[in-house]
Amino acid sequence: METFQHDVLIVGGGGAGLRAAIAIARDHPDVGVGVISKVYPMRSHTVAAEGGAAAVISPTDSLDDHAYDTISGSDWLADQDAVEILVENASKELLQLEHWGCPWSREPDGRISVRPFGGMKLERTWYAADKTGFHLLHTLFQTSLKYDAINRYDEWFVTSLIVADGRCQGVTAIEIRTGEMHPIGARSVILCTGGAGRVYPFTTNGNIKTGDGMALAYRAGVPLKDMEFVQYHPTGLPGTGILITEAARGEGGILVNKEGRRYLQNYDLGQPLDINDPNHPQKQTMELGPRDRLSQAFIKEREAGRTFEGPDGDYVHLDIRHLGEREIDRKIPMVRELAVRYVGIDPVHKPIPVRTVVHYMMGGIDTDTNGATSLPGLFAAGECACVSVNGANRLGSNSLTEILVFGARAASVAVDQAGQVPPPSNQLLTTSARSQEMKLKATLLHPNGGSDTVSGIRTALQETLEEGAGIFRDGATLERTCASIAQLQDRYEKLSLVDTSRTFNTDLVAALELGAMLEIGEAIAHSALARTESRGSHQRTDHPDRDDDGFLRHSLAFRGEGDPTIEYKEVTVTRWPPSERVYGRA
Amino acid sequence: MPEQTVLEVYRYLPDEETEPRFQSYEITYRDSWVVLDALDHIKTEIDPTLSFRWSCRMGVCGSCGMTVNGEPKLTCETFIRDYNTETIKIEPLAHFPVIRDLVINMQDFMEKLPTVSPWLITDEDKPLEAGEYLQTPAQMARYKRFSMCINCMLCYSACPVYGLNSLFTGPAALALAERYNLDSRDEGTQERSDVVTAHDGIWRCTYVGECTKVCPKDVDPAGAIQMLKLSYALDWAKSLVLPGRGR
Repeated sequence: METFQHDVLIVGGGGAGLRAAIAIARDHPDVGVGVISKVYPMRSHTVAAEGGAAAVISPTDSLDDHAYDTISGSDWLADQDAVEILVENASKELLQLEHWGCPWSREPDGRISVRPFGGMKLERTWYAADKTGFHLLHTLFQTSLKYDAINRYDEWFVTSLIVADGRCQGVTAIEIRTGEMHPIGARSVILCTGGAGRVYPFTTNGNIKTGDGMALAYRAGVPLKDMEFVQYHPTGLPGTGILITEAARGEGGILVNKEGRRYLQNYDLGQPLDINDPNHPQKQTMELGPRDRLSQAFIKEREAGRTFEGPDGDYVHLDIRHLGEREIDRKIPMVRELAVRYVGIDPVHKPIPVRTVVHYMMGGIDTDTNGATSLPGLFAAGECACVSVNGANRLGSNSLTEILVFGARAASVAVDQAGQVPPPSNQLLTTSARSQEMKLKATLLHPNGGSDTVSGIRTALQETLEEGAGIFRDGATLERTCASIAQLQDRYEKLSLVDTSRTFNTDLVAALELGAMLEIGEAIAHSALARTESRGSHQRTDHPDRDDDGFLRHSLAFRGEGDPTIEYKEVTVTRWPPSERVYGRA
Repeated sequence: MPEQTVLEVYRYLPDEETEPRFQSYEITYRDSWVVLDALDHIKTEIDPTLSFRWSCRMGVCGSCGMTVNGEPKLTCETFIRDYNTETIKIEPLAHFPVIRDLVINMQDFMEKLPTVSPWLITDEDKPLEAGEYLQTPAQMARYKRFSMCINCMLCYSACPVYGLNSLFTGPAALALAERYNLDSRDEGTQERSDVVTAHDGIWRCTYVGECTKVCPKDVDPAGAIQMLKLSYALDWAKSLVLPGRGR
């Protein structure tokens, strides 16, 4: 068995992971760094982000405004010290990307251009047309190629964290091409594995977003924080769930129900201005309200019978016709490309059908503001982490900024940690990998005549989560969801695969991903059941009010033998005491 | 309206077989289905052993390139309804070793890409405090098209030169070299010239233009390679006329 060793090992090659890798290779050339990813880095889901990345750049804007918008958007559940770190470092990170070649869209004079985004008081969203994530990821990937010090393990799947002497000392992983298990030792490990939208049936997230890193930490005893907060994006294409960016509304697009009414005015999001009014679109108003409120409004409209019915579910119209072909092609070309291709509608001439769709996990691995977890040697950054800057609802365009700021930050602390501990012993590494290999051979790869399948259990998980832990939740349904996830976990314990081959076994990868998805589903459902209030994206119909006395706190889900234990910890409030979230009212 | 068709899928399981074969799957598909939907349907409902790569299913991650009825395609953008043939033949991308089923080995590209230095090269590091490099929309327009490459490998699969000689640097990597050469912020054109103009670099391209035809993101690698030829030839000519300048 071949073993590998690095000072710092990064799991995940998306925006957070590559930013961390470059930070180490550039600033600490003597530190050995490995990047392990289940896909080639440029396939990572950062690639699919569209609208932009937030950072204060305009002279009329201020860091305090960006912080306040983020905190109010989070329904006061964000940690304010973390938010301050985010906004202070935001423009520096986006400028760094510019210096590495990112093609940010420009003003005629050559300066960076910014656009309005939901829940933001001013234009502060940097963008590269509407393929911001794509350009950001490829810029980082191509820049990372400059550094020979970065050792990549492309298409390797991590099966466990190696924990000994009370600290994380590496991972065990399957090289997917050969099916061989190897240990990779490290003095510190940074998880940058992204989100878990695939635990729901209808999501903007790619096939790879299965919460693997969150589950690795959870199994190692690190709590998952605020998992009940799941962001539904208000504008996905019916059928596929493909995202139509919020930038479409930032540029002036409007949402209309089947009666032709801009229905958001019914939901305390302000009054609409005429689309020809020079002040349209109004910031933090109507279509530029926050995602949680817009998605909830969609459900209410549907209950009132004012949405369109289609073969792929109910929908409303996103109308951008008034922008005109020129502006659409210049600023949001991908919106047009996607609508034409996947629903056969050219938005220059017709409104786009859209519906709510699972998009982002506000929750994740509990970390401090340096990305450190409660397990020494283990760090996390990006969507898989909960630092927390997003609280109960993330504002659009804060997450690309977050992966850069906290990816770089975790890297520097992980380097410090690596310098303080010895490398893991070879014996520890080989023993860990052998035991993982034996476990696989005794479970998933051991034929037992059972008829259950990966997709059977996965579909059941997705359905029960949507049923119990969707946009609106209540205690009784959540209890049923918790119970059915426990049953699905029992089924998973007995699962054996048809495909037991070694070479590029995607059924095995899917089964390992499903194991992670069940852990994530459990944490979401139990955290949602325990939070008997409504806040941000977590709306309990049986507890409709926000309860700051009881729940201005982060939930922490600890994995147990049976159900997880849910504990709480205080939210950090620095300068902005909790108050009402106000949109569209002066 | 649901309709039926047959997918003839290339199967190769090196653990068990020495030779590839084709396996037919009868499927009922909907009008909205792309080829990738059908493959996912086969994997989840009929045969979990079928292996292929995919993720974003919206044409931006570049994972799901395959050969569909003889043509290289991104299967998440290729609709079944557009094929009137009795069966649809799905094979791995041509010109690459096959790892298993529809999964190709693209290590060759991963090793070639860094050789063209696809990153911004500047003579001096500009400090962040100095702000952004100014770049007008017109300056950006010069290279933007070549920056849209998703590394899906369709162009290598279509390139007859690469098919005959895998040493050729190839369309996507060269287009990325030109993307940086044309960037007003970049000063690395000379640094890239050794690899780009080497024996297996731009001069291998016979301008068949297949790469541009199959590119799903309209990158025009063939155009990029012609531009590279022109600019490096001009540099070379200048160096003859004005010794000490150019290359």
